[in-house]
Amino acid sequence: MTLLQFDLLILLVSVIAGLFGSILGLGGGIIVIPALTLLFNIDIRYAIGASVVSVIATSSSAAATYVRERMTNLRVAMVLEVATTSGALTGAYLAGHLSVRWLYIIFGVMMGYSSLMMFRKRHETATVIGKSAPWSDYLRLHSSYFDRATGQEVSYRVVSTRIGLGLMYIAGVVSGLLGIGSGALKVPAMDLAMRLPIKVSTATSNFMIGVTAAASAGVYFMRGDIDPYIAAPVATGVLIGAALGPHLMGHLPSTTLRKIFVSVLLIISVQMLLKGIRG
Amino acid sequence: MTSPKSIKEKTLMDEERVRHVELLISQLLRLGITASLALIAVGTFMTFLHHPDYLSSSDALLRLTRPGAAFPHTWHDVTVGLYALSGQSIVIIGLLLLIATPVMRVAVSILGFVYQGDRVYTLITTLVLCLLLLSFALGKVE
Repeated sequence: MTLLQFDLLILLVSVIAGLFGSILGLGGGIIVIPALTLLFNIDIRYAIGASVVSVIATSSSAAATYVRERMTNLRVAMVLEVATTSGALTGAYLAGHLSVRWLYIIFGVMMGYSSLMMFRKRHETATVIGKSAPWSDYLRLHSSYFDRATGQEVSYRVVSTRIGLGLMYIAGVVSGLLGIGSGALKVPAMDLAMRLPIKVSTATSNFMIGVTAAASAGVYFMRGDIDPYIAAPVATGVLIGAALGPHLMGHLPSTTLRKIFVSVLLIISVQMLLKGIRG
Repeated sequence: MTSPKSIKEKTLMDEERVRHVELLISQLLRLGITASLALIAVGTFMTFLHHPDYLSSSDALLRLTRPGAAFPHTWHDVTVGLYALSGQSIVIIGLLLLIATPVMRVAVSILGFVYQGDRVYTLITTLVLCLLLLSFALGKVE
């Protein structure tokens, strides 16, 4: 294979990664890492370096549209970013002191459980929760978005901000420790605890993952893990895919989006469990 | 100033300002990704221009993507490369711009909340930026 052929193939894979990543709020890593290591035999270090770039590319490219269309809840994102960034700092500090194997098992189980809980909610469409929410009231987190699939403005209330902050802190620690996109923990936290509509959860997660990834990307670059020959076609493809994703997501019914997300989350949790068990 | 009409006007003005900030953030992100895409594309083009053998040889690909491959990854490498118009140095500048975009987004959000007169969120976003810069600083030491 020549470099040109390699570039074009990676570009194609990355467009798909950006498309899925931007719709699900997970970043492109879940497709980019296995594709680079399994299909192209790229060293895992460079695959992770390219994946971090792909997460940032997905986040920024899709957010440009999600923010303009008010799908992202900017206030929720800002508040939760305090927890994810401090979590990521803790994670980087803890690295080397904790058994990564057990972390994979714990989070594999946690994600498996989240996917089941999210699956149980599949028939639920946007419901306004009556529970009192003093923190969300004070921080004015309640909002609304326009759902293109139903052609309606959907109002929603945000609850359990403190639990959400706690879960986001954990999500930050995990991404700092394991270097994986913490979108897989962010979306369930917003969906199950804070009761945001699924579309707002994925769009807001998508917005947030760029910041977490940017914090670690600097380190990966200095360490020499970001090979431009690999990262360039990945970034280009993902930017294109993630620019298209939000237009598709707007028209997707919430229940369909939820089903796709649950399936992907289940796959990730099985992968993590296997990693933990094999050691 | 406290008549119902002026309160209504004030809320409208607030909403308008929130909208301004949303559009500003959206445009900043778009600008960041467009500029980095352009740099990556130009850099890749220059690489093929300087090394026509990359179009035909499959040894080149293995050499450039195997562990321990040589590519610029320090400021020194990049600046030296830029003087020589090296394609990969231009690509790197594009990638670094891409990495910096979310950080600039947080910084611009602070200005946005100041403009909205929202003290609580100005504080929250400033805290996020500080934590982010702290993680950059600590990361370098490692």
